[in-house]
Amino acid sequence: MPTPIKEAPTYYDEVRRKGYSRREFMQFCTMLAAYMGLSQAGIAQIAKAMQQKTRLPVIWLHFQECTCCSESFIRSSHPMVADILLDQISLDYTETLMAASGFQAEEAMKNTMTKYKGEYILCVEGSVPTDADGVYCMIGGKTSLQILEEAAEGAKAIIAWGSCASNGCVQAAKPNPTSATPIHKLVHGKPVIKVPGCPPIGEVMAGVIVHVVTFGKIPELDGMGRPKAFYSKRVHDTCYRRPYYDAGLYVESFDDENAKKGYCLYKVGCKGPSTYNACGVTKWNNGTSFPIQSGHGCFGCSEANFWDNGRIYERASAFPGFGIESTADTVGKIALGVTAGAIGAHAIMTNIRKHKMITDLEKEGRKSEQDLENT
Amino acid sequence: MSKRIVVDPVTRIEGHLRVEAEIENGRITEAYSSGTMVRLLEEILRGRDPRDAWAFVGRVCGVCTSVHSLTSVRCVEDALGINIPPNAEWVRNIMFCTQYLHDHVVHFYHLHAMDWVDVVNALKADPKKTSELAQSISPWPKSSPGYFSDLQKRIGKFVESGQLGIFANGYWGHPAYKLPAEVNLIGLAHYLEALEWQKEIVKVHAIFGGKNPHPNYLVGGMACSISVDDVSGINAERLAHVKQLLDQAKVFVEQVYIPDLMAIASFYKDWGSIGGGLGNFMVYGDLGENGYKDEKSYKFPSGVILDKDISKVHEVDLRKDDEIQEFISHSWYEYKDGDKVGLHPWKGESKVKYSGPKPPFDYLDTTQKYSYLKTPRWNGHAMEVGPLARVLVGYARGRQDYQEVVNKTLKDLDIPVTALFSTLGRTAARGLETILVGQWAMEFYDKLINSIKSGDTRMADTSKFDPSTWPSKAVGVGHSEAPRGALAHWINIDDGKIANYQLVVPTTWNASPRDGNGKLSAYEAALIDTPVADINQPVEILRTIHSFDPCLACAVHLYDENGKHINRISILGD
Repeated sequence: MPTPIKEAPTYYDEVRRKGYSRREFMQFCTMLAAYMGLSQAGIAQIAKAMQQKTRLPVIWLHFQECTCCSESFIRSSHPMVADILLDQISLDYTETLMAASGFQAEEAMKNTMTKYKGEYILCVEGSVPTDADGVYCMIGGKTSLQILEEAAEGAKAIIAWGSCASNGCVQAAKPNPTSATPIHKLVHGKPVIKVPGCPPIGEVMAGVIVHVVTFGKIPELDGMGRPKAFYSKRVHDTCYRRPYYDAGLYVESFDDENAKKGYCLYKVGCKGPSTYNACGVTKWNNGTSFPIQSGHGCFGCSEANFWDNGRIYERASAFPGFGIESTADTVGKIALGVTAGAIGAHAIMTNIRKHKMITDLEKEGRKSEQDLENT
Repeated sequence: MSKRIVVDPVTRIEGHLRVEAEIENGRITEAYSSGTMVRLLEEILRGRDPRDAWAFVGRVCGVCTSVHSLTSVRCVEDALGINIPPNAEWVRNIMFCTQYLHDHVVHFYHLHAMDWVDVVNALKADPKKTSELAQSISPWPKSSPGYFSDLQKRIGKFVESGQLGIFANGYWGHPAYKLPAEVNLIGLAHYLEALEWQKEIVKVHAIFGGKNPHPNYLVGGMACSISVDDVSGINAERLAHVKQLLDQAKVFVEQVYIPDLMAIASFYKDWGSIGGGLGNFMVYGDLGENGYKDEKSYKFPSGVILDKDISKVHEVDLRKDDEIQEFISHSWYEYKDGDKVGLHPWKGESKVKYSGPKPPFDYLDTTQKYSYLKTPRWNGHAMEVGPLARVLVGYARGRQDYQEVVNKTLKDLDIPVTALFSTLGRTAARGLETILVGQWAMEFYDKLINSIKSGDTRMADTSKFDPSTWPSKAVGVGHSEAPRGALAHWINIDDGKIANYQLVVPTTWNASPRDGNGKLSAYEAALIDTPVADINQPVEILRTIHSFDPCLACAVHLYDENGKHINRISILGD
C-alpha cells in the first residue's frame, strides 16, 4: 500500500513552534539579509523563502557498491539531476557529491536526522556485509550495519537503489564471502522501495524520487517491493525483437548474418524472457539504446541473484507461452526453473502461432479482395 | 607538538577512504591512507566462465565504468589467443576515449572543483564582470550578464531556503580559497552545465554497448554488429550520433573545461610546489593506432620514470615474475609464507584477516595493519599512476603532441617544468590529456568509418568462443590505462573455468599503505609537508587526495588461495 508522506515543516513553522513571534522571525530575516549583503528588498525575499515548502530531505548512504547507481542517477534526462538537486529535494548526505568531508559530513547527516526525524527519505546504495561483525565496510570508524540502523530509525521511507541494496548483487554472488545482505533483510517496520538493476535506468531512479515529491507518497509497489510503473513487464514482452522470437528467427553466434539482421538473441543467452525491467520501453541514456538493441542479450541485472542464475551466454530455459499479463508476483523465477524441452515447446508454440498468423492474414487478404471487388 | 586528525569519510570520491594525518606546526608530518571496504570479487570469480568475467569485474566500479570490462576481455583474449577484428579495436578505443572525456570532466567539476571554488562566495560576484571575464577566456556562448545573473538568483534562492543540500557544511570562507567571486561564479555555472553535459557523452557507450553505466563487452570483439542496411545494427544514423557526441565533447573540453582549469590554476600557482610525493611514475600504455597488440603504436606510451628523472624511461613487463608484486605488511590479509614476501599476480594468494580496532573506533593503529588495500611495487619501488604519469612518460619519450600541450600550459601559467610534480601538476595533467583524447577519439572514429567503407564489417571473431576449442590450461594478462592510471588483470584458466583472477588497479598503486620497509605509497608521500591552516577544516588534504581522483571500490579486492569461505576473523572470533 502506498504510504503518504507528511510534508516537512518550513523554517517558519519550526521557529513558531519553538515559541518565537512573527516579529522575531522578521528580525532574523533582516539580520540574515544584512549578513548576505542584500538590500531591503532582500528581506521580504528571505522571509518568503523561509515560509516556503521545504524540499524533501534525502540522506543517501553508500555501502558495498561500485557507485554505478549514483552515476546512473546523474544520467537522468527528465528531470535533469541539477533541477532535482536545486528544486525538488535537499540531498543532505551523499559521499559522491557532497562538499563536506569527515566530521562535517557526518554532522550534516546528523542534522537532517534530528531536524527532519520521521520526514526524510533514506536512500541506500550498496549491500551491507554482516559477517565478522560488519568490519568489511566501515565509514567514520563505524560499520555500515551501525550506520544503517541509526539512519533508518527516523526515515519516513527507504529506497534501496540498485541490485546491491535490493538483492546483494555481485558481492552476494556465490560464495558471498562477506555475507553481503540487501536492505530489506536488515530494516523492519519501514517501507522499502526496491529499485533493482545494475544499475537501474537513470530516468527510473529520477522517476521514483519525483513520484514521491510530486504525489507526496511512495509509488505503488509489486509483491516484491518494486515500483509497478517500471518493473511490471518483462524485457521480453516489450522487446522490439520479440517478433523474431515468435517467428523462431535467432542469432546463432555473435556477429553472424542473423545478428546483422537484428534477430532474437535468445539462443546466445538473452535473459529478457525472465527479466522484469523498463529497458525495452524507457531504454537507456534518454532512449538512446538498450543492451538488446546494441546486439548483446539482456543478462537479467534487475533480477534477484542474477549472477547465479546461469551463465551469461548460456541459453536460458524458456517458458514460452506466458504472456504480458503475467507479473513477477505470479511467475517469479519459474521461467528459469524449467529447462529441458523448452526450445522444442517454443518451436511448437511458434508453429501454432505462425499457423494462426498465416490463417489470419489469409482471412484479412480475402476480405480486402472482397472489399476491392465491391467498390 | 603534533596533533592527529582523521578525515573519514573522504567524500567526492568513489568508495570508502580514510585518511589519518599527524600535523605539526601547520604541516603534515605523517599520513596514513586506508581503504575501509572490501567485497572479495576475486573469490566470487573462481570457477566461473571466463567469458563472463568482464561483467563481474565491470562491477568493480561504476565510475570508471567500462575500463575493467575492457581489461578483462583483453585478458581472456590473451589467454585464449583470440585476435579481434579491427572494427572492434576502433569501437573499443572510441568507448575508451568516451570514458576519459566523461570521467575527467566529472572529476574536475563534481569531485574536485569544490576544493578550489567557494560556492557561497559566488553569490557576491558581479554578473557583468563575470560575463566579461568569461568572454575573455573562452568563446563558449553561455556567457551573457543575464545568464550569470539568473544563475546567481537561482543559487541565492537555494541558499536562502536554508537547505544547502550537497553544499552544506563545506569549508566555505576558508582562507585557502583564493578565487575572485567572479571566477567562483563561472565555476559554479559550469558545475551545473557539466552535470547536464556528462549525460550526453556517455550515449556513445549506449550506442555500442547498450547502456551506461556498465556497457556490454564481448570476448572476441563487440556485440554491436555493423549493418549499414539494417535498423538494428551500427548504421549511418548510429554513427552520425556518435560523431555528433564526440564533436560536442571536444567543444566542451576545449571551451569550458580547459579555460576554467587554466583560470583557476592561475590563482593557485603555490600548489605547483605542494603535493609532489613520490616522483616515481608508471604507465602500462594504451590506445594502439594499429590495435592493442601493437604496443609501439600506443597513443599512451608505456614506461617508468624514477626520481623525477625524465631523461630516462624504463620498460615495464607485466609477465615477469619479479617485476610487479603485491605486499601485505600493512594490509588486513595474510600470506602462506608470511608478511615479508611479495607475490606476482599470477601466483597471487591471500586471505582476509581483519586485525584493526573493533568498531566504533576513533583511530587506526597504523604501526600495524591498517587497510584493505594491498601494497603493489614495481621492482620494489612505489609508483604513482594516472594522468600525471601518462603525460610525463609521453613528454619524456619526446612525443610531439604531449610536448606541445605541456609546453603551452607551462608558458601560459608561467611556471617551470618542475611544477608538474605537484598537486597542481596532477590536476593540470588530467586536463591536458583530455585535450589529446578528444582529438584521438575523432581519429579512431575515422578509422572505423574507413574500415566500413573498405567493406570490412566484421565486429567479432567467435571462432574460439566455444570452450571446447580452448586448451585445458591457459594464462593471460590484459592491461589498459584507466582514467585513474595503469590497470591490469591476470587470469589462470583450468578446464574452461577461472582458476585464479587477479586485478592490480590504479588506486591500489596510489592509495595503498606503506610497505614493510616503511616506504610510503603515492597518497601518503604526497601529503607529507602539505600545509594545513585549520585542522578542523583540512581542505588542503582534500586538494591533494582529490588530485589523484581516488577510486576505492576498484582498489580493494582479494583472492583466497584455498577457496575456503574466508569470513572468519580470529581477532573478533566467530
